[in-house]
Amino acid sequence: MLKDKDRIFQNLYNDSGADLQSAKLRNDWIGTKDILEKGREWIINEVKASELRGRGGAGFPTGLKWSFAPKEIGSRPHYLVINADESEPGTCKDRDILRFEPHKLIEGCLIASYAVNAHKCYIYIRGEYFNEGQKLQTAIDEAYKNKLIGENALDSGWDLDIYIHYGAGAYICGEETALLESLEGKKGQPRLKPPFPALIGLYGCPTIINNVETVAAVPTILKRGAKWFSSLGRPKNTGTKIYCISGNVNNPCNVEEEMGIPLKELIETHAGGVVGGWDNLKAVIPGGSSMPMLPKEICDNIKMDFDACVENKTGLGTAGIVVINNDQDIIKCMARIARFYKHESCGQCTPCREGSGWMWRMLERMAAGEATPDEVDMLFDVTKQIEGHTICAFGEGSSWPVQGLIRHFKDEILERNKFDPVVKKQKNIPYLVDQHLFEKENA
Amino acid sequence: MSVKKIHKDQPETFEFNEKSMEAANKIVSNYPDGRQQSAVMALLYIAQRQHDNWIPLKAMKYIAKFLDMPYIKVYEVATFYSMYNLSPVGKYFFQVCTTTPCMLRGAYDLVKVCKKKISEKENELSEDGKISWMEVECLGACVNAPMMQVNEDYYEDLNDKKLEEIIDTIYQNKIPKPGSYTGRINAEPVDNRKTLLGNKNA
Repeated sequence: MLKDKDRIFQNLYNDSGADLQSAKLRNDWIGTKDILEKGREWIINEVKASELRGRGGAGFPTGLKWSFAPKEIGSRPHYLVINADESEPGTCKDRDILRFEPHKLIEGCLIASYAVNAHKCYIYIRGEYFNEGQKLQTAIDEAYKNKLIGENALDSGWDLDIYIHYGAGAYICGEETALLESLEGKKGQPRLKPPFPALIGLYGCPTIINNVETVAAVPTILKRGAKWFSSLGRPKNTGTKIYCISGNVNNPCNVEEEMGIPLKELIETHAGGVVGGWDNLKAVIPGGSSMPMLPKEICDNIKMDFDACVENKTGLGTAGIVVINNDQDIIKCMARIARFYKHESCGQCTPCREGSGWMWRMLERMAAGEATPDEVDMLFDVTKQIEGHTICAFGEGSSWPVQGLIRHFKDEILERNKFDPVVKKQKNIPYLVDQHLFEKENA
Repeated sequence: MSVKKIHKDQPETFEFNEKSMEAANKIVSNYPDGRQQSAVMALLYIAQRQHDNWIPLKAMKYIAKFLDMPYIKVYEVATFYSMYNLSPVGKYFFQVCTTTPCMLRGAYDLVKVCKKKISEKENELSEDGKISWMEVECLGACVNAPMMQVNEDYYEDLNDKKLEEIIDTIYQNKIPKPGSYTGRINAEPVDNRKTLLGNKNA
């Protein structure tokens, strides 16, 4: 288990309050000016050396992302955008950072905006988190009052303004280009890439977009050194991560742990084990609903980091772990996730708009046992036709969970769905309408 | 993409009152010059708050003029996002999360209670016109499942009995306390906390 002193988010459960004074006791805003004085190159190189990967789902190296921003401010201003549109089912880590560790986030914003040459920072919070947004606003006001941000922040000569922008209940706005569209006051429909936002983003200006957890972790990494951070976990999968453990466990919770912790240890130690014991485990969704589920055999041994998950044909995603035990109907669970995706598709690309509804309806029938055995393969085919044929990664996000279900629980679906159309049973009736389905030997 | 019906009885006029106007001007100043369109989402919220928790068409027209943008663009935004109500909802608007993590822990029991105590169908007002409810997708408090949102507050760790109590309290014109209903603090594991114990006891 990770030692308490190595945890970045010391106030994850709000033991000591979120205000500036308590935050300073937790080492926030201490030595921030020294970090800025070391210069952009040093900051970016240190973040690169720490091998911090984005915590929003895709796991892109943060230092590398920052280095894509133009080195000098040209004719267009730069922007920093923080993605706090946390809507992935199973994930609720950013909410606790927004309400209990807002100063870590604001401090991270200052460092990140300095590193990428941005004077304006927008924090896009999902509309449902209104109260959390108000708490963050209080912290921002506090920071302005104490001259931590604003004009000549911390006497460093750097100006930074931070604004909050509320979303309005669209999952797709968590996708970075859809988020930019939404920030510009349009429908949240993703843009084609390239051009990437680092060069042409918000209002056509260079824009760096980071997840809340990523940016909030940066100040601690720079203060304690990249070496400390990269000593946790294993190469390319370094540091700590907030895991959200929900579903059929005895004590669902958020907990910060080292990357690469075994899934079983995580569930048994922190979440009080699976309801009905480990043997009652059916499957686990390891990284928010978009990631394919894992059956018990894999859960016994898998370690929770980016590369180990990819080796097992899934992904760490946001580390929102949803535990499903044997008391649940697994097909019904996935049908509900498919309904989520059908509801949240933005409607821009046809394969996703039509396919997500198609997958949902087929899964509902399979849950009720009304499908034919052939349809399982057909469903898999549908997922393959969505995946990779859409502008954004929503196509993958909606089809992967269905593929995961078919990959690991195909037998269970087939067992329930034995419905055979009349034609096949009574193949010898010559006057059947569906004769074209038969093989015509002499035709 | 949410499918929404526009309410039949639309008001004749809509204008921001003084308080809304002040808030709207402040929001517009957050964005660069000439990019005032960015404020449309916030302005729709302001209109919704001023107008009994729903947005009439006249308000969209008003906002379009206010931000100097085409009316259809405002209409697009208002119909695309699910948190804008385009027809009246109850003064207390229950949004019950039923996505898989909540469903695993019994979210559909909550839906049953809503059907019994509020109204048979979603988006219909209760008998006294105070409450309406609907099923929504993930609200992002999965470790506190099952949960729901009433206006802006989250009610977490619920079960059917607790929800009945909440509804009864509202019928008695009192606002129940938001937060967890098993007495747990935020997102910590109940009786099983093994981390950051030094901070807890400090």
